[in-house]
Amino acid sequence: MSTTTTPGPGATLFDRVVAATPGDCRLGMCIQCGTCGGSCPSGPDMDHTPRALFALINAGMRDEVLRSNTPWYCVSCYYCTVRCPQEVHITDVMYTLKRIAVQENGFDDSKAPDFSKTFIYWVENHGRAFELGLMGVHMLRHNPFGAFKIAGMGTGMLSRHRMAFKPTRIKQLNGLKAILAKAKELEASA
Amino acid sequence: MKYGYFPGCSLERNAAAYHISSMAVAKPLGMDFVEVEDWNCCGATEYVSLNLIASYALIARNLAQAAKDSTIAQLVAPCSACYLNLRKCDSYMAKSPALAEKVNTALAAGGLAYKAGTLRVRHLLDVMVNDIGCEAIAAKVTKPLKGLRVVPYYGCMIVRPGYSGQASFDNVEQPDTLDKLLAALGAEVVPFSLKAACCGGHMTQISEATGFELIRRLVKSATDGRADLIATLCPMCQLNLDAFQGPMNRFCKTDYHMPVLYFTQLVGLALGIDAKSLGIGSELVDARPALAKIGVEAPPEPEGAPKKPKRDDKSLPMPRMSAV
Repeated sequence: MSTTTTPGPGATLFDRVVAATPGDCRLGMCIQCGTCGGSCPSGPDMDHTPRALFALINAGMRDEVLRSNTPWYCVSCYYCTVRCPQEVHITDVMYTLKRIAVQENGFDDSKAPDFSKTFIYWVENHGRAFELGLMGVHMLRHNPFGAFKIAGMGTGMLSRHRMAFKPTRIKQLNGLKAILAKAKELEASA
Repeated sequence: MKYGYFPGCSLERNAAAYHISSMAVAKPLGMDFVEVEDWNCCGATEYVSLNLIASYALIARNLAQAAKDSTIAQLVAPCSACYLNLRKCDSYMAKSPALAEKVNTALAAGGLAYKAGTLRVRHLLDVMVNDIGCEAIAAKVTKPLKGLRVVPYYGCMIVRPGYSGQASFDNVEQPDTLDKLLAALGAEVVPFSLKAACCGGHMTQISEATGFELIRRLVKSATDGRADLIATLCPMCQLNLDAFQGPMNRFCKTDYHMPVLYFTQLVGLALGIDAKSLGIGSELVDARPALAKIGVEAPPEPEGAPKKPKRDDKSLPMPRMSAV
């Protein structure tokens, strides 16, 4: 991905993050100024602000980093990214940390990773996202009583025809599946 | 002008009003949209959280499908997340030959290929303001939105990121293209300091406290600004601010009623198109009182969800299939 070579088995977390982030993420340029955390809309609910997390990565505190809820509370709004005086691609680094945490089972709250998994289940098997399926499966698994709380919203969406009962399937689904299978094979060998 | 058009999954259903109103204003404004054939989901923010190459290959398949038509040089996305993903994929494939090679190896398995830079990805707002132009749109206005106080809400992904060499079409923190467009329609544009703040995306499903607070501050700020409604340009923002406004009110113990419409619906109204043809009436927070201010009669609210068939009292109570 990046200009660096693929890190070997003994690589540091820092090297792994840099190698697994597309382009040059400039993680090593962080000057610990804290602009990211101060700009973050969900910063107050994070275990560590992005700045603190980057310091942990530098210190090689792998378990603390992978266990942190920070990447999972990132809303992908890119405020930190455009404000960072060092132009660190912070949002992209958050995505990389999520991938590494899932690969290594480092994050013990499955709610957020499961949401992503359920979302892509429909995409991989139909080619398009499916909101009713996503909400249904996710709520059953993680928030069964929450369904009652948003029942009014659900009926409102259904009566306005804003929610489909069935997912849409693309025509070239087999082609898409072949593409994704090949991509995952390339990813595993990287 | 001819553009490739990538609707995205939201515009199929929950944001169908955005699709309908975009199509309704395209013709009078001279935009010729050709929908990408057999497009797939862009992966939103979810796929890249789990798989890197597969997420880029998923996005690139759409770029490859769109680029099949050699008469199309620009691809328009009305959804901010799709716009960001398509643009980011094209940009990273150009910057990282290693990534581009892997993505193309994957695409080849489906008989496709994409060369970075073939398409220029644009957001619908960018096209309307910068290609059609506010003056040209103003000249076509037959029913100005006079007296309607509108909040121009951009959200995050339409203006960010603006990496060097990959500039955003508007300011990353204080954008004003939508302000100008709304003013051209005759609306009173409400100053809104949170115009480029995030709506929270999928956070309502991960952490209610975090997600609802991000929605609350936007709705509160619009209410404090005495706005009649919020204009949005992203299906995720509309879903959060409109459909989740009720659950947010319950969670935060507030009682806001702030209607949220797509900017294309407002453009359509100003061009004299009737409310129903613009998908107005599908919002959960009733926009009719706000629209009555400018003399627009919106279709009545649909009745609740399809009711369960009444039980035949003579029979024994047995479980039965709903008529839906």
